[in-house]
Amino acid sequence: MYTIPFRELDLLHVAVVGGKCANLGDLTQAGFPVPPGFAVTTGAFEEVLHGHLAELLAGIDADDVTALEREAERVREVVESLEVPQEIADAIAAGYARLSADLGVDRPPVAVRSSAVAEDAADASFAGMQSTYLWLRGAEEVLHGVRRCWASYFNAEALAYRARHGGKSGMSVAVQYMVDARVAGVMFTLNPVSGDPSSIAVDASYGLGVTVVGGEVTPDSFLFSKVTRELIRSELGTKELECVADPERGGTTMREVEEERRARPCLEPEELARLAELGRAVERHYGSPQDIEWAIDRGRDEIFLLQARPETVWSQKRRPVEVASPISAIAATFMGGRAPK
Amino acid sequence: MSGEFRSPFDVETPAGAEGWEEMYPYYLLFDPARREEEEGRFWFYNGMHFPEPMPAFDMITAESCYLSIGLYQGRVFSIPTVLGIEHRVVNGYVYITSNEVSDPAEMDKRLETFLPRIGYYYGNWDALVDRWQTEIDKRIVELTELEVPRLPELEDEQEVIHDHRLGSNYRLMASYDRAIHLYNELNQLHFEMLLLAYGAYLTFFQFCQNAFPDMGLQTMSQMIAGYDTTMMRPDDELKALSARAIELGVDGAFAEGRSAEEILAELETTEAGREWIADLEARKHPWFMMSTGDGFYHHHRAWADDLRLPFTAMVGYIAQLKAGQEIDRPRERLLAERERIAAEYRELLPTEEERVQFGEMLGLCRHVFPHAESHKFFVEHWGTTLFFNRIREVGAALAEQGFFPEAEDIFYLSIHEVHEALSDVGLAWAGGAPGRGTVYWPPRVARRKEILATLAEWVPPPALGTVPEVINDPTVQLLWGVTAERLREWASGAEGDGGVRGYAASPGVAEGLARVVRDVNEIGTVQQGEVLVCSVTAPSWAPVFPKVAAAVSDIGGMMSHAAIIAREYGLPAVVGTGHATKQIKTGDRVRVDGDNGIVTILG
Repeated sequence: MYTIPFRELDLLHVAVVGGKCANLGDLTQAGFPVPPGFAVTTGAFEEVLHGHLAELLAGIDADDVTALEREAERVREVVESLEVPQEIADAIAAGYARLSADLGVDRPPVAVRSSAVAEDAADASFAGMQSTYLWLRGAEEVLHGVRRCWASYFNAEALAYRARHGGKSGMSVAVQYMVDARVAGVMFTLNPVSGDPSSIAVDASYGLGVTVVGGEVTPDSFLFSKVTRELIRSELGTKELECVADPERGGTTMREVEEERRARPCLEPEELARLAELGRAVERHYGSPQDIEWAIDRGRDEIFLLQARPETVWSQKRRPVEVASPISAIAATFMGGRAPK
Repeated sequence: MSGEFRSPFDVETPAGAEGWEEMYPYYLLFDPARREEEEGRFWFYNGMHFPEPMPAFDMITAESCYLSIGLYQGRVFSIPTVLGIEHRVVNGYVYITSNEVSDPAEMDKRLETFLPRIGYYYGNWDALVDRWQTEIDKRIVELTELEVPRLPELEDEQEVIHDHRLGSNYRLMASYDRAIHLYNELNQLHFEMLLLAYGAYLTFFQFCQNAFPDMGLQTMSQMIAGYDTTMMRPDDELKALSARAIELGVDGAFAEGRSAEEILAELETTEAGREWIADLEARKHPWFMMSTGDGFYHHHRAWADDLRLPFTAMVGYIAQLKAGQEIDRPRERLLAERERIAAEYRELLPTEEERVQFGEMLGLCRHVFPHAESHKFFVEHWGTTLFFNRIREVGAALAEQGFFPEAEDIFYLSIHEVHEALSDVGLAWAGGAPGRGTVYWPPRVARRKEILATLAEWVPPPALGTVPEVINDPTVQLLWGVTAERLREWASGAEGDGGVRGYAASPGVAEGLARVVRDVNEIGTVQQGEVLVCSVTAPSWAPVFPKVAAAVSDIGGMMSHAAIIAREYGLPAVVGTGHATKQIKTGDRVRVDGDNGIVTILG
C-alpha cells in the first residue's frame, strides 16, 4: 500500500505516514474540517531509494561542513531524478484520481508537503524543515511534487547523520486538496506572550497562510477569549502581500494587496469566534494547547484546519500558581503581596 | 514619578467662592503650619463618592465614613499594610489619602493580630451578617421614630408637668445629637464587614490575574456578581408596579412627559387606579427609601420623597412592556452564563490543586460579596434618608424661629454650627427674645449658596501632592481604580486626542447620541437609545439603564454601581473617565467601547 486516504488514518499510523499525515487523519476522523487528501507512505520513499542510498552516501565526509552543503544539493538532484517504480507512480496517480472523484472536481489543485517520521536525529532535523509545493494540478505535477519532497529530505545535517550512523530514512508525503484561501494564518490556543491558557491568539493575513508562517507579511493579530468569547485586543497588520494561485503558470504567485483591504482587519468578529471555537475543540481533543494552521475558503467561507501540533513553549515553562487556603490568600492580599512570615 | 501634581496649597479659589473654608470644620482644611508634611503626601479626589462640592452639613457623610474605615482598617482588624484614610476639603471637594504601613517589621507585627481577627469574621460570616442586620435594624427603627420637637409658644401641660418630660429646647438639642449619633453608628456598621468582603474579592481577582493574565476585571466580577441583592429590589418593585398597571388597565395614565402628580391624580379617579395606588403604598416601604444619588448628599432625595425618578422609570417600563419588550433582568441567562464562565476557567487550570483553590476562593467570594452590595440599601439609602429627614425637621424648628428662611437651609451649616445654633435658639426661646442666629445665619446661608454654585462649575484636579512609589492599599486600587497607569494618565491630562478613556467596565461596543446628565434631577430627559454620560451613576439610576445604549461616567471603578448595573443589563460601559461630562456634549454622536475602555466622539 503506497497511498492511504486521510480519512483512513489515525495517530497509530505515524510510522507509516509521518506525524503530519497521521495528525490530519486523526483530525479528519474526529470530524474536524480538514481538506481531504492522502498520504504517500514511507514505504514508497524507501522503495524509491532502495539500492541507491549506499551509493549516494559513498564518499561523503560528515565532518567537512562546507562540502556537505554542496553534496546535499547533488544528492537532492539525483533523488529527484531517480526512476519511480511504475507501481508507485500508478498508486499516486490513483490516489489523486480518487481525490478528484471524491471532490467531484476535475484536476483539483493540491498541496504536496513532507510528513516526517521522527525516528532518529536525521529525521528530526528534517522535521524542522517544511517542504511544501502549492497549487499543483494533474497527476504529472503531483508526482513531480512528491519527488521534490523526497529529494528535500537530504539537507546537509541529515546527510551527515546518515553518513555517520547509516539507518533507514523515513518520510511520508501528504497530498492535500488545496483550499483557495481568502484569509489564512496560524492560531495558538493560548496567549504566546503571557501564557494565558484562556486566550486564543490568531495571526491572519490575506491569501494562503505561507505568508504568515514564513513571516513575509505583518499579519493582523487578534487575542480572543475562549471563555467569554470576546475579542480581548487586536492589532492591525500591514498585510502588503498575498500568496494566491497563479492560473496562467500554475503554482502560486505573490501579489500586492490593495490599500482598502490592508486598512481593515482581514477577519470579521464572527469568523474569529468560529475560529476560536474550532481551536478550543482541537485543544480539547488533544488535551493540550495547540499550534494550528488554518485557512478560510474563498468561495464557501468555510474554515479548514491544515495542521495542528502541540504548543511546546508555554506548556513547558508554565508558572505554578501559588496554592493556599482562602484565608491565607486573603491575608497575603492585605499584606500588599508580601509573603507573611 | 513624583511631584507631578499641584500642591494642595497652590490650588486657587475660583472667583466668587472666596471664604469657602468657613463652611467646614478646621480639622478638614489644609494648614500652612504643616504644609511640608501635607504637600509631601498623595491626595486624590474622591469624586466616586463625593462628585459635587459639599454643602456644609453634608460633610458629615464623609467624616462619618472615615471615622469608621480607619477604625476597622487600623484599630480593629489591624490590616498589615494600612492604618486608615484621611480626608481634606479643597474648594468644597473631598480629597483622600491612605496612610500606609511601609516598615516590614511593623507589618508582621500587625499581621499577628490581623489573622485571628479576620479568621473569626470569615469563619462566622453568616452569624455576623445576622448580628449586623439586627444592629442596623435597631438604628433604622430609632431613626424612624425619633421625635424632633418644635419650640411651642407654651409647653404642653401633660408633657412637662404630668409626664415630667424635658423641655422642648432640651429635647430639640437631644434629638439632634441622637440623630448624629445614630448616623455615625450606622456608618460604623457600614465598614464592619465591607472591607473583608472587598478583601475576598480582591484576592480572587489576584488569583485570576496570575492564572489568566488576559482575564478582565469585568469577567471576574461577572463570576461573582449576585443577582438577587437587596440593591436590585427597588428597581424590581418598579417593574412589578409597571406590570400591575397594565394588568389593572390603568397604564394609560402613564403617558410620556406626565408628572407623578398628574399620573396619581388621574389614578385617584377610578377604582382600578386606587387599587394600583394601594399597591404602590404597600411596596413603597421600604423600597422607595432609595436615594436618587449614592446617599452622600441631602439633596439626593429618596424616591419616597421625590417621585420623579420612579415615575419616569415606570412610564418607560410600561411603554416597553406594551411594545412587547422584556423588562425583567435576564436573571436565568445571566446565572447560567456566570456558571459556564466559572466552569470553563476552572477547567483551564492545569492542576487539580489550582482547580480546588479556584473553587474555594470563588465560593467564599460569592458567599461574602453580596454584603458589599446590599449594605448600601440599609446604610446609604434607607438609614441616610431617615437621617437627613430628621435633620430637615431640626431645620424646620430653626426656620420657624427665624434662623433662616427654609428648613432646607440647615444644610448650609456644618454639624458643629447646627449644634451652636440649637444652643442659640434654645436660649433665645427660653430667654424670650430672638437669638442672634436670626441675623447671623440668613446672610451666611445666602452667601454659602453662592459659593457652592460657583464651586460646582470648578473642575477639581484628580490628584494633589506627591505621588508615592507604590500604592499598597488594595482598596484604593479596587474601589477608586487608582493605579500607576491611571496616575500617569491623570498627570498627562486625558484630553488631546478627542478620545475619552476610562475603565472597561462592561463589555461590548455601542454608538448613539450622548445625553449628558450632571444632576440626578435631569434623569428624566434621557431618551430611548441614547448614551448616558454622567458624573457618577448612583444605584437608583438603574431604571434608566434599560433605555440607554451605553453608559459613560466621570467617576467610578470596576466595582462602582454603574459598572455592576451595566454588566447586569449587558450594556457597554466605560467608567472613571475623569472628564467625560465636560468633554462630551448632549447630542454628540459617540462610540462607547466597553471592551477597551474608550469613548470616541464621532461628531
